[in-house]
Amino acid sequence: MKPFFERLHSGEILVSDGAMGTMLFQKGLRPGDCPESINLKNPEILKEIAQLYFNAGADIIQTNTFGGSPLKLSAYNLEDKNEEINTIAVNCVRKVVGTQAYVSGSCGPSGKILKPYGDTEPEDVYQSFKRQMKSLINAGVDIICVETMTDLHEATIAVKVSKEISSQITVIATMTFDETPRGFYTIMGVSIKDAAKRLEKVGANCIGSNCGHGIENMIKIAYEFKKYSSLPIIIQSNAGIPEMKGETLFYPETPEFFAEKTKELIDAGVSIIGGCCGTTPEHIRAIRKVVDSYKE
Amino acid sequence: MDIILQKISEYLQKGDEEKVFELTKQAIGHNFDTKEILDNGLIAGMNIIGEQFKKHEIFLPDVLMAAKAMYAGMDQLKPLLIKDGIQGMGKIVLGTVHGDLHDIGKNLVGIMLKGAGFEVIDLGRDVPAEKFVDTALNEQVKVIGLSALLTTTMSVMKEVISILKVKDTTNSIKTIVGGAPLSKDYAKEIGADAYAYDSANAVESVKELIGVN
Repeated sequence: MKPFFERLHSGEILVSDGAMGTMLFQKGLRPGDCPESINLKNPEILKEIAQLYFNAGADIIQTNTFGGSPLKLSAYNLEDKNEEINTIAVNCVRKVVGTQAYVSGSCGPSGKILKPYGDTEPEDVYQSFKRQMKSLINAGVDIICVETMTDLHEATIAVKVSKEISSQITVIATMTFDETPRGFYTIMGVSIKDAAKRLEKVGANCIGSNCGHGIENMIKIAYEFKKYSSLPIIIQSNAGIPEMKGETLFYPETPEFFAEKTKELIDAGVSIIGGCCGTTPEHIRAIRKVVDSYKE
Repeated sequence: MDIILQKISEYLQKGDEEKVFELTKQAIGHNFDTKEILDNGLIAGMNIIGEQFKKHEIFLPDVLMAAKAMYAGMDQLKPLLIKDGIQGMGKIVLGTVHGDLHDIGKNLVGIMLKGAGFEVIDLGRDVPAEKFVDTALNEQVKVIGLSALLTTTMSVMKEVISILKVKDTTNSIKTIVGGAPLSKDYAKEIGADAYAYDSANAVESVKELIGVN
């Protein structure tokens, strides 16, 4: 398998995986439980999920470490277990994919609001990401994926930390935007233009957006990113905006719909296409099929 | 001289904590009516912030800075309001339900409600169902506000409402629910009195619930 960085820059379109949380709940994660506690309690589940996405044709498989930073784990009194949680997650995916797919270490937001707006010191966020990313990189991830960010300051810290730990590691950075009458902004007021320019400047290798929208808005977001950056773009879309059906959550966008829209993401010049909340191995299979048909 | 109150509102909107502190102090020193400082200074400013946030003209950082400025003024007014026996808009219990640790949305609702003159008892996150009801009864609140971000914890809201219906024998406490996965239909289904789709809407809905505007 070629190094990820080479593939990314060869112009090839890569497929990443779909939702993790949705799968974990299907496999017995209980409401209110820490999603990363599964890594300690039942790591076999992580292998099962990785296998499903790998079989569906994903080139990139994410680790179950979205909330695996000490700051985030502290809410569950699990901060001291952070090294174990992150290491197990990487090992499980690696065991399944070997060198046939890339392992991407997921790093979500700290869940804190940084000073001056909130009361968390940027230094604490820095240290927290450092501990998590060290574990992920030592365990052998191919990629660090900083995702679902809304604060550009926090995203910047995360990207910088990963590069400090390893200048060789490929870093993906994605943010989550809301649609406003003036265009797309994160809730913290970050525009796509600012996100693209800043993330590129601090060393991200691939930038884009995940979560928050169905795939149609993500196409618009992709074009916007293209306008402001020459880096490869990644889009990981939700399967639409969820609706409640009785007591269960229903994501309206089907794998067929995803297949249809994947073409437009490719036309927009997106380099990595995958899913976020509500997407399933079937969605990834559908994306894979379209991407493969473009190759021919 | 209302200009000082207008200035309080303006600096609050800019998130200037020091200026709001100073101007509120001045207003008190000039013997302004306490209620007037609150209504025409602090609340007036927060109302504008709420409106602008609702229209996406400003973002979360602006709201958070304005809230800090509001608290700087409010802390000085509180003892005076109590001394003068001035009734606020009423008390509200607020929290994220048991099993859910997400509190950014809930905190924002708290800021907006305080900004509108309500006394907010924030129980934090991961709050047991009984605690909402017991606090509401002990503190004689008018409204319980429940927040959930996870689809898996939404059902806990129903539990709170069921317990309330048993314990609140005079049926005087209202409930309002909110959070990303919720909908008006779901709120109705679990027997909540109101649903709010965002923090500004939460203030409107609470006012409507208790019949003030």
